[in-house]
Amino acid sequence: MPSAPTPVPDAPVPEARNGGAAPAKGAGRSAAGRFDPHRFGPVIGLILLLVVGTALNPDFATWDNLMNVLTRTAFIGIISIGMCFVIISGGIDLSVGSMAALIAGAMILAMNALQPLLASPVAVVGLGMLFALLLGGGFGLAHGLLITRGRIEPFIVTLGTLGIFRAVLTWLADGGAITLDGDLSDAYGPVYYGSLLGVPVPVWIFLLVALAGALLLNRTAFGRYVQAIGSNEQVARFAAVEVDRVKVLTYGLLGVCVGIATLLYVPRLGSASPTTGILWELEAIAAVIVGGTSFKGGEGRVAGTVVGAVLLSVISNILNLTSIISVYLNAAVQGCVIIAVAFLQRRRP
Amino acid sequence: MSLHIAFDGIVKEFGAVRVLHGVGFDLHPGRVYGLLGENGAGKSTLMKILAGYHAPTAGTLLIDGQPARFRNSRDAETRGIVLIHQELNLADDLTVTQNMFLGHELRRGWLLDERRMRERAAEALRQVGFEGDPDTKVRDLIVAEKQLVEIAKAQLRNARLLIMDEPTASLTPSECERLFGLIGRLRRDGVTIVYISHKLDEVERITDEVIVMRDGRFITRAPTAGTPRARMATLMVGRDLTDMFPEKRDPPPAGRPLLAVRGVTVPGWAEDVGFDLRPGEILGFAGLVGAGRTELFEGILGLRPRSAGTIEIDGRPVRLRSPREAMRNGLTYLSEDRKGKGLHVRMGLRDNLTLMTLRHHAQPLLSPASEEKALEHAVAAFGIRGDPRGVAASLSGGNQQKLAIAKFLEPDPRVFVLDEPTRGVDVGAKRDIYFLIARLAAEGRGVVVISSELIELIGLCHRVIVMRGRRVTATVPAERLSEEELIAHAIGTHTRP
Repeated sequence: MPSAPTPVPDAPVPEARNGGAAPAKGAGRSAAGRFDPHRFGPVIGLILLLVVGTALNPDFATWDNLMNVLTRTAFIGIISIGMCFVIISGGIDLSVGSMAALIAGAMILAMNALQPLLASPVAVVGLGMLFALLLGGGFGLAHGLLITRGRIEPFIVTLGTLGIFRAVLTWLADGGAITLDGDLSDAYGPVYYGSLLGVPVPVWIFLLVALAGALLLNRTAFGRYVQAIGSNEQVARFAAVEVDRVKVLTYGLLGVCVGIATLLYVPRLGSASPTTGILWELEAIAAVIVGGTSFKGGEGRVAGTVVGAVLLSVISNILNLTSIISVYLNAAVQGCVIIAVAFLQRRRP
Repeated sequence: MSLHIAFDGIVKEFGAVRVLHGVGFDLHPGRVYGLLGENGAGKSTLMKILAGYHAPTAGTLLIDGQPARFRNSRDAETRGIVLIHQELNLADDLTVTQNMFLGHELRRGWLLDERRMRERAAEALRQVGFEGDPDTKVRDLIVAEKQLVEIAKAQLRNARLLIMDEPTASLTPSECERLFGLIGRLRRDGVTIVYISHKLDEVERITDEVIVMRDGRFITRAPTAGTPRARMATLMVGRDLTDMFPEKRDPPPAGRPLLAVRGVTVPGWAEDVGFDLRPGEILGFAGLVGAGRTELFEGILGLRPRSAGTIEIDGRPVRLRSPREAMRNGLTYLSEDRKGKGLHVRMGLRDNLTLMTLRHHAQPLLSPASEEKALEHAVAAFGIRGDPRGVAASLSGGNQQKLAIAKFLEPDPRVFVLDEPTRGVDVGAKRDIYFLIARLAAEGRGVVVISSELIELIGLCHRVIVMRGRRVTATVPAERLSEEELIAHAIGTHTRP
């Protein structure tokens, strides 16, 4: 296994450029500063939804409800931030839902097995969480290697592992559920149910992952390489970018994100079953697309992805709280939103 | 049926940008016109209006005296006007016949009439001198054959006016000859040809009349016979161009080579190639398309497998397995395929420029200010004109090329390889690039120039290596450089004097 990904370049080599520099020309308004519907569309949509939700049900705009929505968003949101990198680089990962289920099952089994060996349930839970991260990262790196070294389309590779991951979980669970032991559940509970300054732990983690993701994408060489590869892989290759390495790292990063989402999710129910994480891959991809990232790769935004994930769960929350549209039609409403967003963001030919 | 075309006060605006400022001239049937102008002069836009791809913002297009308004290129085709695009517009996965009838399929009842289409395609292909099988997939054709297919397709539609945009950009001299023969035949049949090319020698040879555009305006027209090449170039740029090339400095003294390549074989493309490059030297690579020049350097860069050979830089053997390793060892390569391998056309100027040297701008987070400074420096040093906040695609061809050169010089290579450095570049920018190359050599770098433009190799290089059929056939020193000499080595007709 390669060592931990260190996408941030090693030492700063400030280059002294002598002379000749023209004075800065009105550096104020950059292309990003102009109003760009691709950029603000999702935010406007989210604001509209918040207004509608508040108008329809007074319970909507309460702190508790908002924190509830954000907590539920955290799983998909964290995964979609990793997915954002993969899609920007021109790839895709269909397996994340199955991967989450298998990681959940495997980490519960591992914790249950460790419990008799270690005195402290907290230590067991800590090791379990570490295991989830390693497993996710490992799965992701395996995807990346199959895609780059094996030269197989990412769609095919992850379609394959989508089946493999879920089948292995089902086999491990013998068709039923894998449940965390009671003592461990108590020790693990705070990771999901706890809160800091009135904000639940998963929301904090979501926020941290989002900030780290935005920094990684926009302010590191790795992030620039990801965009360059998605924009045109050949050009990146000729420009001495280590294309394969960067691609493997994006899948590894997504795997770690799935690991984080899973270790937040497990204490919620304390079990994993063949239905855990079903359709998460589609929700994560939808969040990325609704957030304004081009499905063809090359450009995308972490902040948009966060907004996209929140927007999708606000929709289901509003449906839950009101009775205008049946909550059974939740997926249909989300589907309409995705298509509408894609329609609004399509490029002029 | 003849076709008389008149442009009357054609204006075209894209958003707020006016690219054509009331262009007016006319085209008579059965003549070959050379349409000249630097990149951005508006030639392509005007021709796209003629071929129905764009509608004019104002002004009229008159065909045989009648105003015509095309809604799309099909409308124009029905009037016999066909534009053959620079990057040929054929579907790779369809056969030659299927491409030729695409959108105009012949039917028998509900079914396609394959037999009749095949026959008619074969007939049209025979007329243009295409010798292949009409059932071949277009993917398997070489560029010259694709071009013949395009022309045959136009003939099938009964074209009376053919617009050819840089048709010889990737043709070998013998393929060019065949194309010129075909153009002559079409002209005798009364077809009007509008020929757009940067290669003035071709324009001089095959056109009856030249029409010059500059900055979205019609400048002048003149019979080709009375217009020498130098005059054409001057008219295009609007200033005198007596000296395209910098004065050649003396070739550097023999000494330790900067780059020594020995016995390199790139399977299928180059065999047992060896050469030296000295500091301060400009070394040319001549040869026909397919002679293996580009692939040789892609092999040296590690982008293609090498089965044999050694490479030394500064007397030190190096292992080059990727462009990154080449860059670390002081060698960078700018591809001939600017949009496909050289620049990220949808990304900004700054992101393009610093992609190879991001580590210099990371502390450890990337510093936009530092990258901005690099861009300002490059804009000033290389004379890149255009909106520095726009994307690379918004620059003209010449400025894109300057940006690409700046990008591959950012790592400060000691050996710089430029593949077709002036392809699709206007005359003014060409001159800038030639002077830049001379300056790089004067700084003590080794520069390799791969080019199909012999004038360029002759005007610029200290020595020229000629490749033919995967092998080096000659190394020609500066004092013996001539078009005849290079062509003879490239096509294998050279006999020792």
